[in-house]
Amino acid sequence: MANVVAEANPATGTGGPSWTRWLVVAVPYIWLILFFVAPFLIILKISFSDTAISIPPYTPLFQGFGAIGDFFSQLDFENYIFLTEDPLYIWSYLSSLRIAAISTLLLLLIGYPMALAMARAPTSIRPTLVMLVILPFWTSFLIRVYAWIGILKPDGLLTLLLQTIGLMGPDQQVQIFRTDYAVFIGIVYSYLPFMVLPLYAALEKMDHSLLEAASDLGCPPWKAFWKITFPLSLPGVIAGSMICFIPITGEFVIPDLLGGADTLMIGKTLWTEFFGNRDWPLASAVAVILLIMLVIPIMIFQNQQKKVA
Amino acid sequence: MAKSLGPVKRKFSPWTDPNAVPFIRFENITKRFGDFVAVDNLTLDIYEREFFSLLGPSGCGKTTLMRMLAGFEEPTEGRILLQGQDIRGVPPYRRPTNMMFQSYALFPHMSVEKNIAFGLEQDNMPRGEINARVQEMLKLVKLEQFAKRKPNQLSGGQRQRVALARSLAKRPKVLLLDEPLGALDKKLREETQFELMDLQQTLGMTFLIVTHDQEEAMTVSDRIAVMDKGIIMQVATPAEIYEAPNSRYVADFIGDINIIEGKIADTASALGAPGTVKIESDGLSIAVDQECQAVKGDHVAFAVRPEKVRISPDAPADPSVNAFYGEVWDIGYLGDFSLFIVRSEDGRFMRAAQANVSRLVDRPITFEDRVWLTWPRDAGLVLTR
Repeated sequence: MANVVAEANPATGTGGPSWTRWLVVAVPYIWLILFFVAPFLIILKISFSDTAISIPPYTPLFQGFGAIGDFFSQLDFENYIFLTEDPLYIWSYLSSLRIAAISTLLLLLIGYPMALAMARAPTSIRPTLVMLVILPFWTSFLIRVYAWIGILKPDGLLTLLLQTIGLMGPDQQVQIFRTDYAVFIGIVYSYLPFMVLPLYAALEKMDHSLLEAASDLGCPPWKAFWKITFPLSLPGVIAGSMICFIPITGEFVIPDLLGGADTLMIGKTLWTEFFGNRDWPLASAVAVILLIMLVIPIMIFQNQQKKVA
Repeated sequence: MAKSLGPVKRKFSPWTDPNAVPFIRFENITKRFGDFVAVDNLTLDIYEREFFSLLGPSGCGKTTLMRMLAGFEEPTEGRILLQGQDIRGVPPYRRPTNMMFQSYALFPHMSVEKNIAFGLEQDNMPRGEINARVQEMLKLVKLEQFAKRKPNQLSGGQRQRVALARSLAKRPKVLLLDEPLGALDKKLREETQFELMDLQQTLGMTFLIVTHDQEEAMTVSDRIAVMDKGIIMQVATPAEIYEAPNSRYVADFIGDINIIEGKIADTASALGAPGTVKIESDGLSIAVDQECQAVKGDHVAFAVRPEKVRISPDAPADPSVNAFYGEVWDIGYLGDFSLFIVRSEDGRFMRAAQANVSRLVDRPITFEDRVWLTWPRDAGLVLTR
């Protein structure tokens, strides 16, 4: 009890008994352990298991602590070894990374000017512009991707438009649907708000007098962009790129709905293993590798950020 | 004012020379933002090597005027001549002016030396020369050991020095200072004011400073322009502004002053002594030695600084001297001065300042004492505007 009283001493700056403080810190950790660490450990365990025709479709199952030695002896790296042997998986990973990289670059090229225009717009209309960027979220993501099918399919709205304005003959059709192009369009469309908002946040808080100072010191506006605006928006560029690149790599819905048979993405492969082949252990191994692939670069990046700061 | 107003800082007064060519000329400048008139048909000449202040309350147009010279705003009407050249349409990055920003506007992602070198790099100066100039600037503002630091690792005073070094590095023809010392505490501010004056003398540049701090303007300037609502009320040396304000506004804006509204009761001819007017203000009669355009019956104001008013418990020996009788209502002890606020029988107030020449143990005059305030005929002045 004496300890609690000492902790609540106003001289230490924070009031309240120590257990309430402990609780405040603990809640997010409990959340993470329950809904991230525990499921991940289960997936990790399944990835070391063997497939079986049973419910659940893998073996061994945890049979209590008495048989724990036997349980561990049945776990192996078989699925991981298989992943390296079949080029389908390696190609899926590489293709996913390629699509995610190109999409992120496209998102940056489209999102940066948008965010810059928003940040330079009069203060009174900025909330409206932010609202407009968020507006698509009011409709279901799935429905919006479905809508693109209606636009992009050969007899869809895009063909109709091009035919109407005369850019395309009545016997011609747009051949985008079920290609990588459609996947890029779908991804860029869906992820644009996630790129624009962090960029806008970084650009909006930039002090306009810095650009005036640059200009005053003899730096023309286009040079000032590269010397001042862009370097100062880098945290936004990195945040936006991460927020887009990571989920795009694992994207399933967009390549499934808009992509062709040859659009290879790890999300689709994962889906096929889980639901098509019912090979949960192999699917889990695919998921674990994907996670490691994405977590390691983030950790390296964060470590470097700390060094810079 | 025909009278000489005491010694000026240095013998430098090109504005009195009719043949001097102004270095900067604002010619009938008007600037509107929508319906708001920030600067209203303003004409002003500034001379080479002058330390010139634009002084006024916030919103008086002083910053707008400076920003038009820097090129961040274009005048709606009128033109700005720099060394005789109309600079309309010349973008800021091609103007031979540099500005020290109120917020300092240091580039947060660059080190101190990078910040200082920024302007020089834009001119494609050779690397060696840039380094030499940066070192020179760092020495000038005494920040040699901070060259590699980022702005957020510096104190407010150090940042302000970096901003100054950066704006001086290109040796601009005109240095513009926008409220440069606003963020500093009083002692550091005063120190820096004197450093600025030294710098300006040494480098021989023209300095234009925007400030709302009258003490700062008085300390550093060769001349001050007092502005209000987009127009210039008076342009003069600090001594003239203080001792001979041309209007109630300027008198009231600079320093402490007693202003008594009244009517001209008599002018020189009637009084017999040339250059003397008599003002009547509800039973109070004041004689002033001043050539005055006003004629009998005109509404005018009489203004006298508190430090020129003497306070005494005894009635003046000469009954013709200007006097104000009342009761000590309040005393403000300011350390170097005590300010006495005296209330007359009819409820009017007048202030007198007295230097505290001896250490204060017993106040010779204290609350509720009946006192006489007196001042000679040349202590105050008649304001017609």
